Amino acid sequence: MMKLRRSMLFVPGDAAGMVSTSFVFKPDTIMFDLEDAVAPQEKDSARILVYHALRHPSYRDIETAVRINGLDSEYGLKDLEMSVRGGADIVRLPKTEKPEDIELLDQHITRIEQACGRQVGQTRVMAAIESAYGVVNAVSIARASPRMIALALAGFDYLVDMQSERSGESEPELFYARAAVLHAARAAGLDAFDVVYGDVNDMEGFLREVMIAKNLGFNGKSLIHPRQIKPLHQSYAPTPQELARARRIIQAAEKAKKEGLGVISLDGKMVDPPVVAHAELVLRRAEAV
Amino acid sequence: MDIIKEAIAGTLESSDVLVKVLPSQDGSLTLHVQSEVIKQFGKQIRASVMQTLDALSVQAATVVVSDKGALDCIIRARVQAAVLRAAGAQEIDWSVL
Amino acid sequence: MAELVEELARQVPDLCKLEPFAGATAHTPNLADPEVKLHRKLCGSLQEAIEKSDLRDGMTISFHHAFREGDKVINQVVGKLAEMGFRDLTLATSSLLNCHDPLVAHLKSGVITQIYTSGLRGKVGDAISHGIMRRPVQIHSHGGRANLLQTGELKIHVAFLGVSCCDEFGNGNGSHGELNCGALGYAKVDAQYARTVVLLTPEIVPFPNHPASISQDEVDLIVHLDEVGDPKLISKGAARTTRNPRELLIASHAADVVEHSHYLRDGFSVQTGSGASSIAATQFIGEKMTAKGITASFALGGITGGIADLHAKGLIKTLIDVQSFDIDAAKSLRQSPAHIEISANEYANATSKGAYVDRVDVVILAALEIDLAFNVNVITGSDGVLRGASGGHCDVAAAANLAIVVAPLVRGRMPTVVNKVTTVITPGESIGVLVTDQGIAVNPNRPELAKRLLDAGLPMVAIEELHRRAVALTGVPEPLRFLDRIVAVIRYRDGTVIDVVRQVDERE
Repeated sequence: MMKLRRSMLFVPGDAAGMVSTSFVFKPDTIMFDLEDAVAPQEKDSARILVYHALRHPSYRDIETAVRINGLDSEYGLKDLEMSVRGGADIVRLPKTEKPEDIELLDQHITRIEQACGRQVGQTRVMAAIESAYGVVNAVSIARASPRMIALALAGFDYLVDMQSERSGESEPELFYARAAVLHAARAAGLDAFDVVYGDVNDMEGFLREVMIAKNLGFNGKSLIHPRQIKPLHQSYAPTPQELARARRIIQAAEKAKKEGLGVISLDGKMVDPPVVAHAELVLRRAEAV
Repeated sequence: MDIIKEAIAGTLESSDVLVKVLPSQDGSLTLHVQSEVIKQFGKQIRASVMQTLDALSVQAATVVVSDKGALDCIIRARVQAAVLRAAGAQEIDWSVL
Repeated sequence: MAELVEELARQVPDLCKLEPFAGATAHTPNLADPEVKLHRKLCGSLQEAIEKSDLRDGMTISFHHAFREGDKVINQVVGKLAEMGFRDLTLATSSLLNCHDPLVAHLKSGVITQIYTSGLRGKVGDAISHGIMRRPVQIHSHGGRANLLQTGELKIHVAFLGVSCCDEFGNGNGSHGELNCGALGYAKVDAQYARTVVLLTPEIVPFPNHPASISQDEVDLIVHLDEVGDPKLISKGAARTTRNPRELLIASHAADVVEHSHYLRDGFSVQTGSGASSIAATQFIGEKMTAKGITASFALGGITGGIADLHAKGLIKTLIDVQSFDIDAAKSLRQSPAHIEISANEYANATSKGAYVDRVDVVILAALEIDLAFNVNVITGSDGVLRGASGGHCDVAAAANLAIVVAPLVRGRMPTVVNKVTTVITPGESIGVLVTDQGIAVNPNRPELAKRLLDAGLPMVAIEELHRRAVALTGVPEPLRFLDRIVAVIRYRDGTVIDVVRQVDERE
């Protein structure tokens, strides 16, 4: 069954209190951050803290991800060893610029999985697109490894690279990047995550941005505060009409299957498999608010 | 593992623990624990710290723990980090952590 | 006149005790002198008031805690009594806070040898837990205190009551004046039952002062004191809704429980405490009320600025106030005709002819510990030391239609859900639901409520499962060690003994 990935909650890897308790907020994915959230002199300590969290029973039932430092830094490879051995479900590679970045990561993960006895291929990967180069390479990055499950657009660094900045409401400056990342993800069958909304006190602005991302087709969003989780899940929940329609589609599909028919029809029209898959997603979003 | 210099890891924030590891003066292993929950968990904190030191083969050191109500896994993590820093270790054997 | 009484006595012998008229002011000398008549209650100093109050060693003095952490009355008065050589007094206060640490010296020296209070904190609580008093302290609820006064177990000889302002005849309140604290619900009961009532005020205003929370017909003596309290601490701003995500999560669940219990309907009544999750829950409940077009008939408390805000918005029709927690609540008391002040007796006394707690639908309460039988501890900390208060907890839990306890499952490394609480303040049978950040547990004595909440899709678990989760996170705590010696007696609201607190054992 398709894993719902709406909320990806960032947790600073060095914050003992937050690492101890973030599971109570039940986001779809927990992203332990070893990169921007952690000062250089604390990277080693944070790495060990996250290792223990990954193996802790409290996080057993939540999808875990680790944002490692880039492999070109002195920390990245050590973060990766820890993440794979610790059992992280997903490794997030920051500042992914070209498919070779993912290929290299893939090779390292395979090596570590073999060394520690973890099933090869079990560790998945997501690529963070944070620059113009990353955006234009998004299609090939998305296809660079069978481990890939998602692309995430990281707005702040991307805009710095573009020599631009957030303008507020309509935000044309993110439009192309959002569209490019989304298309690349869809073409490769991956999930797509929208940018972080930094002002945690502005719930209205946050919800406006969520609706833009949802309507474009983003599966979810990177979050930096737990209070953003429930509003996000509610925004992704279908309206009563959407839910009713989704239920009817699923019923029609089950009916067709029972009667051994190859074609599903509803209200005199044919219903294609992708429509059924979307209806299942709608149902899941309604159930998991 | 040999403790060659003084090192600390962790913080005094709520739910965290500050661990200081120093080279031993007399070749013994000494542990001082200060905690908000010393009555209820003092024994367990000492046991956790000693087990962690043992797993890292630390036989001689002075360890000072200032606990602010950290969970057991946090205590182990901070002790491990402090020991590795104090030993100047570059590589970690994840299987012993 | 004498002959008349003699004749009356001859005709009706049992009337022989009646006295003949001897002049208009023969028995009321106060009226004879015009100066005395008007100004007789004013004292030049605290010492003078004490001398005139006829206080003796061994008697009982009382105070209220409406000035919260800004109170300076208790320390000043007890300090003066110590200076004047008083000993062996019983201290009866509605509660004690951290600012009352200086009392420890007087406990040690024997100025105070007995205490009746709802709460103990800071150094006083710590000293008592370590055995400083010879006699155990009596811990009562707010309603329970009125009960003890009525049964006569607690007899106040002199009540020293701080008020924000009063006139020279003793009409005093806490809602007006510079240093206003809001409702004087606890002081009202003392004023009614004490033998001698002394008002202490920073502001003596022209006669007649109103509203008179404490009336001239209850007051004997008045002292002007420069330092009745610290304005910054008395007039603290309303606590803003917390930003802490765990507290918000708990509050949101609590509001969901209220919604899906059938009590959230037009005209319902509510009480919430002053803890962070309670204040946030008030907000969330307010939002649900707005969404459903519901108004509450009243809120009871302990009134906070947040509740006053909902009242101002028209979501709560009437506010019933025994104590105002902040300056915004105090302001609302002063300005809104539908925000009324009540006494502790009207508030919560089980044996009064009518207590407001009996009319409450839903109450949201805090807990330091709650056990598998839903018993609640709000008075002894995780180390067994006295640092909390019984307050109105057991009063409103017993009487309300639904009592909801809100608490994080774990605080730091201390589980909130335990096998058996260290001290029982409120018996489990009074508690309907426990709401934590890791699940909601309904008391098995409320099966219809459990079904309703389960059907609504709320994260329900057995309280045993919550306990298991807590201990899985923290480890099993070593049991606290106490000596046999009892240092405090917990009196349930009806005066019966529900638990005791023993001296902490500090031996290695």
